[in-house]
Amino acid sequence: MGRIERHFQDIGYLDTLAGQDTAVHRLDPRAKLVTTLAFIATVVSFGKYEISSLIPFLFYPLYLLAAGNLPAGYVFRKVLLVSPFAVLVGIFNPLLDQEIHIRIGALALSGGWVSFVSILMRFTLTVGAAMTFVAVTGFNTVCMALERLGAPRFFAIQLLFLYRYLFVLVEEATAMVRARSLRVFNGRGMGLPAYGSLMGHLLLRTLDRAQRIHSAMWCRGFDGSVRVMRPLSFGRREFAFVLGWVAFFAVMRFFNLPSYLGSTLSEFMR
Amino acid sequence: MSHHIVEARDLHFTYPDGTQVLRGITFRITHGESVAIVGANGAGKSTLLLHLNGYLRPVSGELRVGDSPLTRENLRMVRRAVGLVFQDPDDQLFMPTVFDDVAFGPLNLGLPPEEVTKKVEAALQVVGALHLKDRPPYRLSGGEKRAVAIATVLSMSPDILVMDEPTSNLDPRARRTLIELLKGFQHTKIIATHDLDMVMDLCRRTLVIREGRIIADGPTERIMRDGQLLASSNLEIPLGLRGCPVCGEGTG
Repeated sequence: MGRIERHFQDIGYLDTLAGQDTAVHRLDPRAKLVTTLAFIATVVSFGKYEISSLIPFLFYPLYLLAAGNLPAGYVFRKVLLVSPFAVLVGIFNPLLDQEIHIRIGALALSGGWVSFVSILMRFTLTVGAAMTFVAVTGFNTVCMALERLGAPRFFAIQLLFLYRYLFVLVEEATAMVRARSLRVFNGRGMGLPAYGSLMGHLLLRTLDRAQRIHSAMWCRGFDGSVRVMRPLSFGRREFAFVLGWVAFFAVMRFFNLPSYLGSTLSEFMR
Repeated sequence: MSHHIVEARDLHFTYPDGTQVLRGITFRITHGESVAIVGANGAGKSTLLLHLNGYLRPVSGELRVGDSPLTRENLRMVRRAVGLVFQDPDDQLFMPTVFDDVAFGPLNLGLPPEEVTKKVEAALQVVGALHLKDRPPYRLSGGEKRAVAIATVLSMSPDILVMDEPTSNLDPRARRTLIELLKGFQHTKIIATHDLDMVMDLCRRTLVIREGRIIADGPTERIMRDGQLLASSNLEIPLGLRGCPVCGEGTG
């Protein structure tokens, strides 16, 4: 099986995970969306040399992971897959910022290294939270929640269709790539001209399909707006979820728990 | 007013690129009839189907659904009355879940939510796909997709069912299930297909189209035995009418 195919089946797996029935899955998607956005905003708002105060924020994604019955290995691999971006963003920090920031015994850490680690931490936290959020909610439901929360309807519908047809597009693309690879010998035929025509064909096929889908929609009374029935209810559990977590984030934002614990512990030892 | 009647009078259609596809099609299909439209690839079958609910407008000629000609004013009514099932279910199933997809039509008709839920569940029940309700359509098998595609149309309570190659790409079991399902429908049925054995099972009347014209219109039984006529439209006598190739019984 081709690499692209495998990745997309992996994305499909997200839907399977989202189809489970746990307490977190049952929460109104808006509650989860708001909380996750608050989480991301808080994590991003920390100064660039913060490491220890970020640690308590691991609780949120870990909670979703555990309560949502998600396979940790799968989520971790997904986070790892996009990590090169974060590494690229931070990799030059140690070279640019060589001022010594922390000393642990004989080991001196420059500000660059500290901020690099901080970037990686923030990346892991935010991407991890977003991944687990989608895995306990489902992409379609995320789009509906966006729309209910006031995002432009057009935008939500576009996202919905993008996701729906991603699979069809990938299927067509894989079929074409497979057909080509079966007739390529010694690398001949792999070049740019063949690639160009392949992409061109894919575009034409996509347009064709768009035309057919539009006619199918038209036949069933489509008049420009997509209506979806999704009874959402924002009850007491949702309020508790949002308030509880946002309060936790706020406290952890202004109060460095790990360093407090550390100092109390050393005080106690003395 | 009965919507179960479809009548075409001298339909002509030319695509914007100049391809002339329909060159004078005339027929009348009445209440409860089950009619097959057969012909070679490119004979104009799919184009004709797209005319039946007003998606395409003829360049000249007239299409009547029920007792009145198709106009801009009754287009909405016609779209509901004539349910069109596309050849590729991936074109027809565009919503995120099976439920949303089957609810798409009724919601556009402006039905209240409880009514929509009822209609969706009834339609899925008929095609035996109620258990797929919450699944995303792209995760279904070919047979399941086809069943759901039919449900998306049934949920609008059409009077006339129009289908483009309903049995293509189905395994024999799924094909048989589909045929039995269609047999049970009381709707007027119009089916474009190459599957002549299915036609033998389902349709009493057959129209043969060649190069945008109807070259034969009559009882299926008679048309399916006319080897010459079928051959002129790139078709063959259905297997069900041929003798046993091993024992030779029933030949001729």
